[in-house]
Order: sequence, then C-alpha cells, then structure tokens
Amino acid sequence: MSKTYILIPGRTSQQGVGINEGKFEETYQSEISVLQVALDDMEELGLEANDFVRVTSEHGEIEIKVKPAKKGELPAGLLFIAYGDYSSRLMGADTHGSGMPTSKGIDVTMEKIAAPSE
Amino acid sequence: MATVTPDASQQEPELKIVEDATCTFCGCVCDDIELTVKGHEITQAKRACVLGKAWFLNHSVDDRPSCLIKGQPASVEEGIERAAQILTQSRYPLMYGLSDTTTESQRVAVSIADWVGANVDTTTSVCHGPSGMAFQGVGEVTCSLGEVRNRGDMIIFWGSNPAESHPRHFTRYSLMPKGMFVPNGRKDRTCVVIDVRKTKSANTADIFIQLKPRSDFEALWTLRALCAGVELEAEQVLADTGVELAVWQDLMDRMKDSRFGVFFFGMGLTMTRGKHANTEALLALTRDMNQHTRFVCKPNRGHGNVTGADNVVAWRTGYPFGVNLARGYPRFNPGEYTASDVLARGEADAAIIIASDPMANFSEPARQHLKSIPYIAFDPKETPTTRNAEVAFTVATYGINVPGTVYRMDDIPIPLRPAFDCHHPSDLEILQGIEARVQEIRAQGLVSSEEGSSLRPARELADGGIAE
Repeated sequence: MSKTYILIPGRTSQQGVGINEGKFEETYQSEISVLQVALDDMEELGLEANDFVRVTSEHGEIEIKVKPAKKGELPAGLLFIAYGDYSSRLMGADTHGSGMPTSKGIDVTMEKIAAPSE
Repeated sequence: MATVTPDASQQEPELKIVEDATCTFCGCVCDDIELTVKGHEITQAKRACVLGKAWFLNHSVDDRPSCLIKGQPASVEEGIERAAQILTQSRYPLMYGLSDTTTESQRVAVSIADWVGANVDTTTSVCHGPSGMAFQGVGEVTCSLGEVRNRGDMIIFWGSNPAESHPRHFTRYSLMPKGMFVPNGRKDRTCVVIDVRKTKSANTADIFIQLKPRSDFEALWTLRALCAGVELEAEQVLADTGVELAVWQDLMDRMKDSRFGVFFFGMGLTMTRGKHANTEALLALTRDMNQHTRFVCKPNRGHGNVTGADNVVAWRTGYPFGVNLARGYPRFNPGEYTASDVLARGEADAAIIIASDPMANFSEPARQHLKSIPYIAFDPKETPTTRNAEVAFTVATYGINVPGTVYRMDDIPIPLRPAFDCHHPSDLEILQGIEARVQEIRAQGLVSSEEGSSLRPARELADGGIAE
C-alpha cells in the first residue's frame, strides 16, 4: 500500500505573472509544472530537485518534476502545486451539490520515476 | 484623469500619462496606478504590485485575428452570425465566465442568456460559490475595505494568501495603512494567519496557526465553542485540529479584546472538503463575535470583476451564479446549474465562454465534454479555451483598452480609465451584436410559428416532439 499524501493546489504570484505573459509562455508553464514536496518527504523518497514523480489520485495521474519546499513551508505529507492543467487532472468532477469540485486537500500517492513517459 | 504630453519627435509614438488607472487583475481593483503609455504599449505602471505590473506591461495589442472560426480567420460579423446560430440552435446552452470583463458586458451577456434560455454561471462557482451559499444561509456581517483600513485592529486571514494572490492587500487596505482609529498603522493591528501551510502571508503575521489539513470546520467550531464559553477537552481539540486548545483560547481572548476584528477568508475554506459548511461556520463565528465586540467577515475575491459578475447576475436573475433560464424564469441550484457540473454530466450541447479559461481549470470530464460541443470564447489572449473554440474572439482588454465599471471585492463600483485604443473590438460590442442577431432569429422563429404563443420559439426535437 503506497503512502497517501495530501495535495494542495493554490495560487502563486509567479503563476499570476505567467497568466499575463500568456498561458503558453515559459513563466506560466514552468510554474504549473512543478510539485513542491516537504524536505522530509524528499529525503524519504530519495528525491532531488528536478527529479520526476508519478502522482495518482482517485481521478487521474500525472508525471511531474519536483522541487523541495522551503524549510517549514510544508509539513511532511503535504504537497503543493500551482493551479493549472496538472492540478486539474487530479481533481474529481463531483461538487457534492456545491458547484465546486474538491480542488484542495486531494488524497494522492506519489512514486519516484526515472523520466516522464512522453 | 488622463493628461497628454506631446513628445519632442514627431516620429516617436505619442507619450501619455494616465493617472489613477485601475488595475483589474485581482479583486483589490487598485485605482491609484499611474501609467506611462507609449503608443500601444504601457512602459511603466507606478504603484502597481508584481501582478499589476505584469497585467499592465503584458497587454500590448495581440496580433491574432479578431475572430477565428474553427481556427481559421474570419470577420467579426461572421463570428457574430455563427455564435448566434450556435446559441439559438442549442437545446441546452451554457454561458460561463464573466469575471474578467466590465459590468456593462456582463449585463448584455445575461440578456443573451435570457433570450436563448441558457444556463448562466460565473467563475464564482469555482471560487467563492460556496461562500455565496453560506451568505444565503447565515447572512454576512460585512463592511467596506475603507472601514478595515480605518478601524481594523485584529486582522485574521483564514485559508487566504494575499501576499501572493492580492499583493497590495496589506499595504492598501488591511495591515499597513494609518487609519482614523488605528493611527499607528501596523503597530495598532494584530495580524493572524491560519492555514495548512506556512505561506508567504504567514511571514507577515504576528501569530501563525498551522492547521491540520481539512480541519477548518472543526477549528471554526472550536472557536465558536470558546466564544460561547463552552469547556472543551484539550486532547480532542488537538486531535481534531492539530493545534493546542491553549492556542485557540489565546486567539479567542485576543479577538474578544479587539475593537474591530476582520476575517478575510480564501479558497482554503471553499475548495476544501466541507466547502460551504466551512464558510457557514466562519460566518456564524463572526456573528457570534458581535456579542463581544465588532467583527466582520470578507471573502478575498480573486478575479478583477468577479464581484461585479455576482452583482449583475443577481440584479438580472435574483441569484448570484448557477442560474438556469431554460423555462423562461430563473432557477438557482448550485451542483445542478453550475458550469462544472453541467459540463461534467454532459448536459450542455453548446457554450459561450466569456473571459475565463475552463479548459485549464475544470475537471477532466468537464473539459472533455466542453471540447466535444460547439462553443464561443472571448479572451484578449490565446488560452486553452480559445484554442478549442468553434468561434474564438480576440477582444480588447478591459481597463487597458476599454472603459466601463468593475466592482472591488467589497462591492464598491470603480470606473476604468483605459490607456490606449485597440483594433480588436470590445467584448461588449460583440455581445451586443450577438444579442441583436439572436433577437432577429427569435423574431423570425415566432413569425413562422403559428403556435408560438410562448416568448420562446418552439423548436422541433429529434424525436418529432416540440420543445419550448
């Protein structure tokens, strides 16, 4: 049984800057395409910056680059990603009668991979 | 007020200073920006934050065609005709977005939705929609940002990270300003940040409380209990919230000792399990606090005019988002008439997407369905949504090329002062064109239908039946 992490997608100022430059430009694409991982979790999985992981939720799967979170920013077990295509692929469609899919606090598993499939 | 200073050289583009320009990137809607404009380019945006600078300096005129139909350049008139045909031939059209345009455009858009019996929803539904539901259930103890600036001495950010999402929030409204009853500014205010991660905003706080993920509801009810003087078990509180009871008690004591407390909350509450129940708990706590001192609660709204979208849709239909007009009268039901649900369930057979990007932000089932139906998209820039649209309009940017009105996050309407003209039409002009053409098509339908006593033209269904 793989360890479960909790994924928090959220806004970043770089993502906001990237939206203005253009969603197909480097700033936006690089900001939404990296997963922040707590230092303890990086160590536990033997991860270094720019390694790739496969992240799987009940609703989808992504392969993405990691970077270590700043010290103290994330507790172990919590992952962060800027909102975008990658985070949306892990989100379910059910809104539980609210109109809002559960977009934060998503249960996921994470495993190190050698390189992305594509 | 814009002033024009002629440049020394006739060859150089005209140099212009626009004073008190309004930034429409986020819900702060800062209206004190000084723009230096050289021809069709903004070269400086004084007083703007990092997001505001990126907004103003990256919206020069896009050289894409003003209209694309199935990816091919077309005239705006052809685009309007195709859009009107798509909408009038649809049995379940969805209108979505609206938060990054003027209230004037929003108003016309809702009219179109009414004419074609559309399901109209805004980006509120995937932002503070659950807060809208909570407001209806509990009520809202509220105030303007000006009151926060002049009175707030206990500022609590819950599940909100304005340091990254609303960078001038602290300096313009909530923490730094010297106000009438807080003459020493930051020194007179206590700032508390409550979040599951130590965000950049946490670095600004006097007190940072790091919650266990997905325990906002339990934490808020812990505070409600402490507000009411109910005794709690320390071990249970720690297990439920990940925070010691003594920390919560200390916070409650400080809240009761304050003169004017403010909760600013973000999507940490509305997007996390519990959603509207989380927000209801916060609004109820705010109401409870008014038995002890003055306390208010405000959502930190994201997009520039998302608050305007709530206001306009509410003026026109009686409800703020997630409204279905198919029967000729408005029905409101989040979860049923909200865009994410309508698409994920495969219900809409056409869509009109105005100033938003669901192809980037919605769940995969919703995105796949949107991709499979004809839809019209409006955006100043190319996005995943415009790329897949049957009709994609490149429009002038509101606030930079287009005048109008936007609502700040505290429901204050603010005028826009555009910096330069753009050869692309505004979304208002295109929406007015679509509305006029939809009315013509409907009128022709009524003339040709002898049984058409309804305001809506009868339409033949695939099985031979008649739909209204």
